[in-house]
Amino acid sequence: MSIARPPTVYSINALTRRFGRLVALDSLDLEIAEGEFLALAGHNGAGKTTLFKLMLGLLPPSDGNIRLYGRNPAESGAVFLRRRIGFLPESAAFSGNLTGQETLRFFARLKGVPSSGCETVLDDVDLGSARNKRVRTYSKGMRQRLGLAQMFLGDPSVLILDEPTTGLDPESRRHFFELLAARKQAGATIILSSHTLSEIEEYTDRVAFLRRGKLVACGSLGALQADSGLPVRVRIRAPSGLAERVGETFSDVARIKRLNGSQVDLFYSQADQSEVLRRLGATEFAGGVDVRPPRLEDIYHRYQGASISTATDDEET
Amino acid sequence: MGAIAAIAGREFREGIRNRWVLGATLILTVLSVTLAFLGSTPAGTVRASPLAVTVVSLSSLSIFLVPLIALFLSFDGITGESERGTLLLLLSYPISRRTIVIGKFIGYAAIIGFSVIIGYGSAGAAVLAFQGGDGVFGYLGLIGSTVLLGMVFASLGLLVSAIFKERATAAGMSVAVWLLFALLFDMALMAALAADDNQRIGPSLVPWLLMLNPTDVYRFFNLTLLDDVRTFAGMASLGRAAMPDAGLLIAAMLLWVIIPLAAASLVFRRSDVR
Repeated sequence: MSIARPPTVYSINALTRRFGRLVALDSLDLEIAEGEFLALAGHNGAGKTTLFKLMLGLLPPSDGNIRLYGRNPAESGAVFLRRRIGFLPESAAFSGNLTGQETLRFFARLKGVPSSGCETVLDDVDLGSARNKRVRTYSKGMRQRLGLAQMFLGDPSVLILDEPTTGLDPESRRHFFELLAARKQAGATIILSSHTLSEIEEYTDRVAFLRRGKLVACGSLGALQADSGLPVRVRIRAPSGLAERVGETFSDVARIKRLNGSQVDLFYSQADQSEVLRRLGATEFAGGVDVRPPRLEDIYHRYQGASISTATDDEET
Repeated sequence: MGAIAAIAGREFREGIRNRWVLGATLILTVLSVTLAFLGSTPAGTVRASPLAVTVVSLSSLSIFLVPLIALFLSFDGITGESERGTLLLLLSYPISRRTIVIGKFIGYAAIIGFSVIIGYGSAGAAVLAFQGGDGVFGYLGLIGSTVLLGMVFASLGLLVSAIFKERATAAGMSVAVWLLFALLFDMALMAALAADDNQRIGPSLVPWLLMLNPTDVYRFFNLTLLDDVRTFAGMASLGRAAMPDAGLLIAAMLLWVIIPLAAASLVFRRSDVR
């Protein structure tokens, strides 16, 4: 029995966008499936926001094409497609003179959805008690939550978020991602950019790395870990002297780094994972073992420091 | 239509909250009431109705003040949204850029309309109550054409806002637009007439040249609409044949609203989102 592939939401082929001589996006290819949670990572100016503007149809491509549900989002007749999108720009700003509820009702009218749902959405993002206060009195976190609320209006099937958690405290971040997870559960496709790689690691299905307008890597965390060629690290903790002796028995498969008398790090290729774990299991010693595969942050630095071809060919540094 | 009304409503509500409506209404009320009573004092000697005299005084005030209010209201309609960071979110909604321009324009027109009707209306009511006389039709024409004048400059302000990306530049250009139409155009035309000495620019051509300046169209409309006003404004000597009629003057002002607004919409549609 074959599992049907989910329909494609965005289909992006050789997408290039230039601003004068600056190439903001360079021959980008990407497919985003329905129900997927995709994260975009990259340095400032890598092209993430430009890609979002192209996805929203606010900029036409210079070359290549982008299709949202099979249509070019930038063509004049495709404005209605934006009804299916919820967008949260980086540092969402609102008119300070209106209350939270007035702001949300305004956006509901723009989207053509009944304003009766506004109060529920405000409650969802914990702004119910502040709904009648003017937005100028809102904290950064409250404004960001108001941004989230407007994004949820009309129950859009695609959510696009540009650096949504910048400036939020850890508790607000967690709540933020819980709300997104609930939307994903309900079938929404989520595309998000973030510099906080630990969040991406925890919540998203796939990560796309952009560097100077080029897509340098894209895949699930597991695939990126494998493709990056980065080593796995095992930290062995044991009484003084023992850790080093245990570590030395792995010298044929791993690079050994002594941290102190009681801690040793072993770095080995992911291909040797089963062999190292087998040997560790067979070794009897009183201590601790902490296995850490390459994290997204390690992979990020790998791809941001070199182009994709050299990144996968290079050995661990 | 819902989106246009939503944007217009937001502009008007913001105008109330940030005291724009209150400020503009107060300025227009205080100045118009003052001018109405000071300006209508000599009415007895020329036998013009007090309201007709008020029309002449107020139309001169409007030419300077109303364009200034309208331009200040509208010059950052688009630029300001862009600088505050609210434009990108607005554009991500399923609305066209033309909808945004028209919605904002209607909002500004409502603010101007409210301020002019309350301000000039209270002056007119006060004159009628205390000094009586006829000329209500001409006075209503003044109120209507003043709102139209405000709409012309709200439209020009939006065009400036669509063209210039920096708020400070847009502000400077708005002042230039005001100077051009409130002062420089007429001075240049007078200089041209003096230099030409009736050689090429004949008297029949002058009214048509004035059509190129919306404040002149407005002035023409108010100073020639009623015989009573015409007498007092010193326009009676001008031959009727040379004067465009009121309908044509209103049409000219409407064109001055529509053309900059359409241009603003076009420029905004073609500009990249920052």
